[in-house]
Amino acid sequence: MIPARFDYLRAGSLEEACQALASDEDAKVLAGGQSLLPLLRLRLSYPTTLVDIGRLPGLSGVEDRGDHVHIGAMTTHDEVMRSPVVTAACPLVAMATATVADPAVRHRGTFGGSLAHGDPAGDLPAVVLALDGVFVARSARGERDIPAAEFFVDYLESSLRPGEILAGVRIPKLGEGWGYHYEKFHRTAQAWAIVGVAAAVKRSNGAIQEARVGLTNMGSTPLRARAVEAALRGVEVGEQVRPACEAAAEGTSPPADLHAQPDYRRHLAKVLTYRAIGKAAGAP
Amino acid sequence: MTELDAGLVGEQIAESGQIAEPTGRGEIGRARRRKEDARLLTGHTRWTDNLQQPGMLQVMFLRSPMAHARITRVDVSAARDLPGVLAAFSGQDFADEQGSLPCAWPVSEDIVIPDHPPMAVSEVRYVGEAVACVVATDRYRAADALEAIEVDYEPLPAVMDMHDALTPDSPKVHESGNKAFSTTITSGDVEAAFRDAPVVIDRTYIQQRLIPSAMEPRAVLASTDGDTFTLWSSTQIPHVLRVMLAVTTGIPEHRLRVIAPDVGGGFGSKLQVTAEEVLCLLLTRRLGRPVKWSESRTEGNLTVHHGRDQIQHIRLAAEADGRIRGLRVELLADMGAYLMLVTPGVPMLGASMFNAIYKMDAYEFACTGVFTTKMPTDAYRGAGRPEATYAIERVMDELAAELGIDPLEARRRNWIRHDEFPYTTISGLTYDSGNYEAATDRAMALFGYDKLRAEQADRRDRGDPVQLGIGVSTYTEMCGLAPSRLLGMANYGAGGWEHGSVRMLPTGKVEVITGTSPHGQGHVTSWSQIAADALGVPFDDITVLHGDTAVAHKGMDTYGSRSLVIGGVAVLKACEKVKDKARKLAAHLLECSPDDLEFEAGAFKVRGTGASRTIQELAFAAFTAHDLPEGVEARLDSDATFDPDNYSFPHGTHLCAVEVDTETGMVKIRSYVAVDDVGKVVNPLIVEGQVHGGIAQGVAQALFEEAVYDADGNLLTATMADYLLPSAADLPAFTTDRTETPSTGNPLGVKGVGEAGTIASTPAVVNAVVDALRPRGVRDVQMPCTPERVWRAVQGTRGGVRS
Ligand SMILES: Cc1cc2nc3c(=O)[nH]c(=O)nc-3n(C[C@H](O)[C@H](O)[C@H](O)COP(=O)(O)OP(=O)(O)OC[C@H]3O[C@@H](n4cnc5c(N)ncnc54)[C@H](O)[C@@H]3O)c2cc1C
Repeated sequence: MIPARFDYLRAGSLEEACQALASDEDAKVLAGGQSLLPLLRLRLSYPTTLVDIGRLPGLSGVEDRGDHVHIGAMTTHDEVMRSPVVTAACPLVAMATATVADPAVRHRGTFGGSLAHGDPAGDLPAVVLALDGVFVARSARGERDIPAAEFFVDYLESSLRPGEILAGVRIPKLGEGWGYHYEKFHRTAQAWAIVGVAAAVKRSNGAIQEARVGLTNMGSTPLRARAVEAALRGVEVGEQVRPACEAAAEGTSPPADLHAQPDYRRHLAKVLTYRAIGKAAGAP
Repeated sequence: MTELDAGLVGEQIAESGQIAEPTGRGEIGRARRRKEDARLLTGHTRWTDNLQQPGMLQVMFLRSPMAHARITRVDVSAARDLPGVLAAFSGQDFADEQGSLPCAWPVSEDIVIPDHPPMAVSEVRYVGEAVACVVATDRYRAADALEAIEVDYEPLPAVMDMHDALTPDSPKVHESGNKAFSTTITSGDVEAAFRDAPVVIDRTYIQQRLIPSAMEPRAVLASTDGDTFTLWSSTQIPHVLRVMLAVTTGIPEHRLRVIAPDVGGGFGSKLQVTAEEVLCLLLTRRLGRPVKWSESRTEGNLTVHHGRDQIQHIRLAAEADGRIRGLRVELLADMGAYLMLVTPGVPMLGASMFNAIYKMDAYEFACTGVFTTKMPTDAYRGAGRPEATYAIERVMDELAAELGIDPLEARRRNWIRHDEFPYTTISGLTYDSGNYEAATDRAMALFGYDKLRAEQADRRDRGDPVQLGIGVSTYTEMCGLAPSRLLGMANYGAGGWEHGSVRMLPTGKVEVITGTSPHGQGHVTSWSQIAADALGVPFDDITVLHGDTAVAHKGMDTYGSRSLVIGGVAVLKACEKVKDKARKLAAHLLECSPDDLEFEAGAFKVRGTGASRTIQELAFAAFTAHDLPEGVEARLDSDATFDPDNYSFPHGTHLCAVEVDTETGMVKIRSYVAVDDVGKVVNPLIVEGQVHGGIAQGVAQALFEEAVYDADGNLLTATMADYLLPSAADLPAFTTDRTETPSTGNPLGVKGVGEAGTIASTPAVVNAVVDALRPRGVRDVQMPCTPERVWRAVQGTRGGVRS
């Protein structure tokens, strides 16, 4: 890797890291480096200073806090997917995380890095959006909560302010009766999602009581398929689900790239949403 | 998709340990584990990029961001002033000494070989062409300095499409126009074959452009002591390179040594004389210090020569019962911007192979090489033969569909029967041996062909959204490049012989020297097996030296599945010569006639008596030279070259079953069976490895890989996130087996296996995809068969062709 010149600061405390970021708007947080370093290597990003938060105490780890699970920003993908707390209380997060890249990347890349990076093709943003996670931002001025619906602003852009560090995310527990599935459509095992669908479904008496659907790579931010969610309410699990999923691409503006044109992505969103709902609802 | 199952891998390693156990007395045929691997796997390697020289500097190249432009100004002065920068140069600075990169294969009378300066001087013709360079104390400083170089370009129109390029009003890549060459080969009465033919199949296929992706990126290190020059390069061809660099740079050949240290794969991409090799030599000559260049992946994707890229128009005329009357092939072959070492020869390597294993009365092959403003193409695993095999095997499936018969039946009605060998084909090649029936029967049995056809019918009847497709490829290929006589007739600039030599050391150990240049193929192991059997010495007592022109002083290197067929045989010949000399010495010492001696288990024994001398004893006696017979010189060693009379023709039957999700377009390989006939096998484990890797590479062309340029000539697939390579997790387990029909063209009976898997597998996979969708009216899906293309084919829109 031959990046342009930069300074490197290994922060000794969260305060020091926040200070360094606040005093220089071209400084950048370095977490697992799995998205940032490729940008540096291709000289697409020229930060003045990398503020390494890798050794800060308290940013890493998963905690069961009763009505929600707290995942520290520096928890690696590998830790997340193997965490008994995550797999029990918010399995959708574990399912999606297991599809991220490959083992090498998952041992370095972090939960917080994936979200702060704000790549709509990443698997975790749509999941946290579907689960109505709450982002905890820290700065020299203190702590601030950001609801998931307000966190993702645009392509590679979050509502974190200069000098703010993402400390962790609270994932509310949905409780009994919910089923989950993350349906990722990609061409090779290591590749990014062409489209991904995160689904959480609450069933009662064979019908869908509530559904949450998050879409990966269907716009410049992760999206909720609200029309599908509404259409699914009260629908019997089975063939009835399919027409409801026809609304999956409503309000999306999927990108055109080498792997797919927008019309194909819209089509995929419908098919994959149907499959994800079926699996989350435990359909045969 | 799943992670690799660690347990399964462990089991497979354990199993391979078992098959490495001795199975008989001979070494040939044993699944020896590779001698190379302990060193390679434990990091004791010497990749070019790892090498250090005192005072070494780093070179980096500034590359054109424009596909086609006039260079109006290059200013390197700001770069020169940066800390750690020793020099910076533009193409103008090399104009008088850099010469032109060579093309060794003028395939036709009308060929145009444009000047190809290693560093562009006045015009750039593809994105990535070097326009300036920086020499600095380290790569970081060099990379920073590149950003300080200023270049002004005056844009010229990009030429991207081959058909457009050949129209009279197209902008020109070179002054001389966009046609590099054209050639036609005809055999038999083609007009008659097509006149009133009951069946004519007329198809056009696109061989997409591929980027060879060797595990080790290219690297070059050049140094001089003021008098002699040494060039280390991650190359497949140290010997060819030495000759070509001497000619190009004017450095006398005897003062230039080329070394290919450990080389991590090539697949043809390192069968080249590159701009970077020439420029590093010129830089070390100019600066008097060692200079090294190592490419990044992106640089590699842009500037490693690309592969394939043909438009193939195929017409086949047949009788109503499916027997082929004639075949017409019209190719447009994208040369890219320049003709490199064998660029124009690549399509010509397929010229005699479109007729494949089939009998017919008439054949016509026409090819036009076209210049475009893209990276030049050149050899890539199979070079010309995968393209030919793809076209004919796709068309055979179309013929079967047209006639409503099984694709294997269409082939049976046309292939050369095993009792017809040797067989001279319509294109004039003589196939020495083969048994297509046996390989096909074996493959069908392993595949469970009838059962899968039944399942396919069932899924079709049920309208299952996941359809099953079965693809067939009964390929042959032309290996062992090449008989020098035939290369001469093809106007190639060199011969195709190979050299081997054997040195028996005083202690009885053996050095084998080979002119082949292995870069992953395991020659050290296989050549040891050949020599162990020939000389009767232990496998472990043999070492094999290669890849350094000062050590292996003659050779034609490694490509075209030639190494075993020619180089392995040269080693065998050298062993025989050593044995002849040893026999004379033994007879002298044992006081008998050489004819009274029999050679067994490494010793000459006097028939009928117990007297004997081992070859090791004889090696020592030849070393002391105290008592040599009249006319016998000291030391047991020998040199041999082998030049075959003919190519060899491995063949086989590959069968692929795919599941096509018609709702998403996703293709999943369900099972894959390969039965290859590569003649006699020296090391089954190595053969297995070549077949596995080959199939993976061919599947990759069918489903994943494609170099994509935009209309302005920018390469959109410059990183591995965009240029998709499959990994083990994306491929099924392959079922492989062999039939063995020895080659009659060499004493080992071997045919070569380096390219077989790649050549065979691409059409097998695409045939399977099309077979799955044929009831829906689909008769082609362009490669790679991406989910989107398959989906569009099902929808009946662009990407797939419907009848
Ligand atoms: C080969 C490869 C394949 C991949 N495939 C996938 C995939 O399939 N799916 C997927 O979702 N992802 C994939 N990724 C990306 C991966 O998930 C990364 O781990 C993730 O996107 C970034 O996490 P990181 O910890 O490495 O962040 P970094 O790369 O260190 O940082 C990324 C960005 O976020 C900022 N940042 C990081 N942490 C914080 C924080 N706590 N507070 C504020 N800002 C912060 C950084 O400043 C930077 O701008 C892949 C990566 C690679 C290299």
